[in-house]
Amino acid sequence: MNEFWGPFWIVLAGALAGASCGLLGAYLVLRKMSLLGDALSHAVLPGIVIAFLLSGSRDVIPMFIGAAICGVIATVLIETFHRRWRVQEDSSIGIAFTALFALGVVLITAFAGQVDLDQECVLYGEIAYTPWDRLFWEEWDLGPRPVWILGTVFALNLAFVLVFYKELLIASFDAEMALSVGVSAALVHYMLMGAVSVTTVAAFESVGAILVVAMLIVPGASAYLWSDRLKVILILSALMGVISAIAGYFLAGVWNSSIAGAMVVVMGVLFALSLIFAPHYGLLGRFVRQVRLSLRVARDHVLLKLLRDRESQRVSALSWGDLVDTAARWVSGIAIRSLMWQGLITRANGHFSLGEQGVIHATRLLRNHRLWESYLNQIGLPPDHVHDPADALEHFTDDRLREEIRAALPDIATDPQGKRIPDG
Amino acid sequence: MLHAVDESVTPIHIHDMTVAYHKKPVLWDVDLAVPEGKLVGVVGPNGAGKSTMIKAIMDLVPKASGWVHIYGKPYSRMRQAIGYVPQRESVDWDFPINALDVVLMGRYGHVGWVRRPDKIDRELAEEALEKVGMTDFGHRQINQLSGGQQQRVFLARALAQDAQIYLMDEPFAGVDAATERAIIDILMDLRARKKTMLVVHHDLHTVSQYFDWLVLINMRIVAAGETKDVFTEDNLNKTYGGQLTVLSEAAQAVAHHQRGL
Repeated sequence: MNEFWGPFWIVLAGALAGASCGLLGAYLVLRKMSLLGDALSHAVLPGIVIAFLLSGSRDVIPMFIGAAICGVIATVLIETFHRRWRVQEDSSIGIAFTALFALGVVLITAFAGQVDLDQECVLYGEIAYTPWDRLFWEEWDLGPRPVWILGTVFALNLAFVLVFYKELLIASFDAEMALSVGVSAALVHYMLMGAVSVTTVAAFESVGAILVVAMLIVPGASAYLWSDRLKVILILSALMGVISAIAGYFLAGVWNSSIAGAMVVVMGVLFALSLIFAPHYGLLGRFVRQVRLSLRVARDHVLLKLLRDRESQRVSALSWGDLVDTAARWVSGIAIRSLMWQGLITRANGHFSLGEQGVIHATRLLRNHRLWESYLNQIGLPPDHVHDPADALEHFTDDRLREEIRAALPDIATDPQGKRIPDG
Repeated sequence: MLHAVDESVTPIHIHDMTVAYHKKPVLWDVDLAVPEGKLVGVVGPNGAGKSTMIKAIMDLVPKASGWVHIYGKPYSRMRQAIGYVPQRESVDWDFPINALDVVLMGRYGHVGWVRRPDKIDRELAEEALEKVGMTDFGHRQINQLSGGQQQRVFLARALAQDAQIYLMDEPFAGVDAATERAIIDILMDLRARKKTMLVVHHDLHTVSQYFDWLVLINMRIVAAGETKDVFTEDNLNKTYGGQLTVLSEAAQAVAHHQRGL
C-alpha cells in the first residue's frame, strides 16, 4: 500500500461514515430521538449474528437485511412498550435495546465455533485495516471493501433524504397533520430507523459500535446550533462528519492513537466550538448581544441624565461620579467613554455636558420616555407607575413607533408628571 | 337519527361512534350529521372530547365502534376534501422552518408521496399567507412569530389545502383581538363560498355571534342544531353541569375493570 492510497482510503471511509451518520443524525436530533441512535446501534447485534449464521459468510447484504429487520423490530418493541403497554418511553428504549443486545451476545458465545465475529472489532472497529480489506469481483480487485460499503450506504442515505425530504419534514414537524393528508408518520419513522440500523452496521467495522453513536448525534447537535434552516443543518451536519474524519486521521498520526477515536474527539471539539461561536445560539454571540444591549441602555441613561440636568436650569455640573451608574460601573464607564469618543458628550474641568449631536439624541430619548409615560397613563396605569416601564421601552422605540404613540394620544404638551414632552 | 340522511350532500356524517383511549371511553355513541355550508361551533368543558371528535373524523385516533362518512365516503378516500387546523401547542415552534414552508405543507396532500410541490403549489401557499395578512412574514422563522401570527400561519396552511370542509381545533385560543377578528372574517368568507367548518371553541360569549350551527358536547352529544335553537340555558346546564357525572363514573368503572381491579 503506497503512502498516498493507504491514508486516502482510510480518510475516505471515515468521511463516508461521518457524512452518512451526520445526515441521519440531524433528523434524530431534530426529532428529539438522539437516544434511539444509541439504542439501535446495539439492538442490531442479534440481526447481524443471525444473518451470519444463516448465510455462513460475512457478506454485507445479508448483514444489512438482518440489521434493518432487527432495527425495525427494536423500534416496534419500543413503540409497543410505550404506547400499548404504557411503559415510560426512556425505559422502553432501555429495555428493548439491552434485551436485544444481550440476545446478540448470547448468540455469539453460544455459536462461538461458527461465528467469526470479533467482539473487539464490533465495539471499537478498525478503520486502519481499511486499505487491506479488498473487494474482489472474479479476479479483479475493486478496491477496499469498507469504502464500497460505506459509499453505498452514503448514497442510499442521501437518496432517502432527497426523495423523502417532504415526508420527513411534515412527519417530523407535525405528525398528525402528516397522517391527515395521508403521509404515515409511523412509516416514515420506521424507514428512518431502518436507515439508521443499516448505517450503524456499515460503520461498525470501521468505527465500532460505541463511536458510531457519537457520529450519529454530535454533528447533528452541532449543526443545529448554526442555523434555523433544515437544509443548511443537513449539509452542515454531513460536512462536520467529513471534516472530523480528515482532521481525526491526521491527529491520530500525531498522537499515535486510534483513528476512529481521534475522529470523534474532533467532533467533540467541533461541538464545543459551535457551542461557543455559533452566531445566534452560541454562548459568545449571546454574550456579545447582552453586552451591546447593556451598553446601549447605559449610553441612553447617561444622555438622559445630562439632558434632565440641563432642563432643571441649574448650571451643568455633573462629574464622573455623578454620571456613572453605580449598579453597573463597568458598562457605564465604557458607555461614557464611547459617548465622549463620538463627541456626543464633552468634559471640561471634570464636568460633563452634552454636545450638539448629543442634545439631539437625548431629546429624542426624552420624547420617547415621556410619550410612553403618557401612553401608559392613558391606557390605565397610574402616574406613579409609568416611569419604570417607560424607562425600559424608551431605548427600543424607533421613529415609526414613536409617531404611532403620538397619534394615539390627544394633543398634549406634558407627560403625567407635568413635564414638557420635547419635540422630536 | 330520526330522519334519513342524504349522504351525498352531507359533509360529515358520524354514526354511533365511540372513541376510547386505553380502553377508557372518552366519546360515547356520537350520532351527528353536519349540514353543508355551515359555520359550526363545537362547545363543551375541558375533557369533553371535542378534539377527540375532530381527530376521530380524520382517523387520527382509532374508533372503538361506529363510522364517519365524508360526503358519503370513508375519510381515507376523501382526504383532499378536508383542511385541518390543529391546536397551536401540538407542534414544536422551535423547529427549523419558516412560515411559508409550513403553509406549503397544506399542499402535500395534493402533491402526493415523493413528488415535490411545484410553482403553482408555492403560489397557492403565498396566496394563503396573503389572505391571513402574513405576506411579509413568509421567510420568517416560525419561532420568531407571535402566538397570533403562529395561529394565522396554521390557518393559512389549512387554506392552502383548498378543501370543502375545515376542522379547526381552538383557532382562537391565546390570540390577540386583531387576529381573532381576522380569523373570523376568513371563516365568514369561507362560509360564503359554501365551505363547511367545524370549530372547537371556548368562549361562550361569542358563540351566538360567530356560529350559525352548534354542537354541545360532553363525552356525548348533548345537543346539535341551529344555534338559536340549541344555545339555551337548559342545554348549557346539561353540557357543563353535573348531569354527566354518571357517564364519567361509568368510564372509570370500565377502565378499572379492564385493568383487572
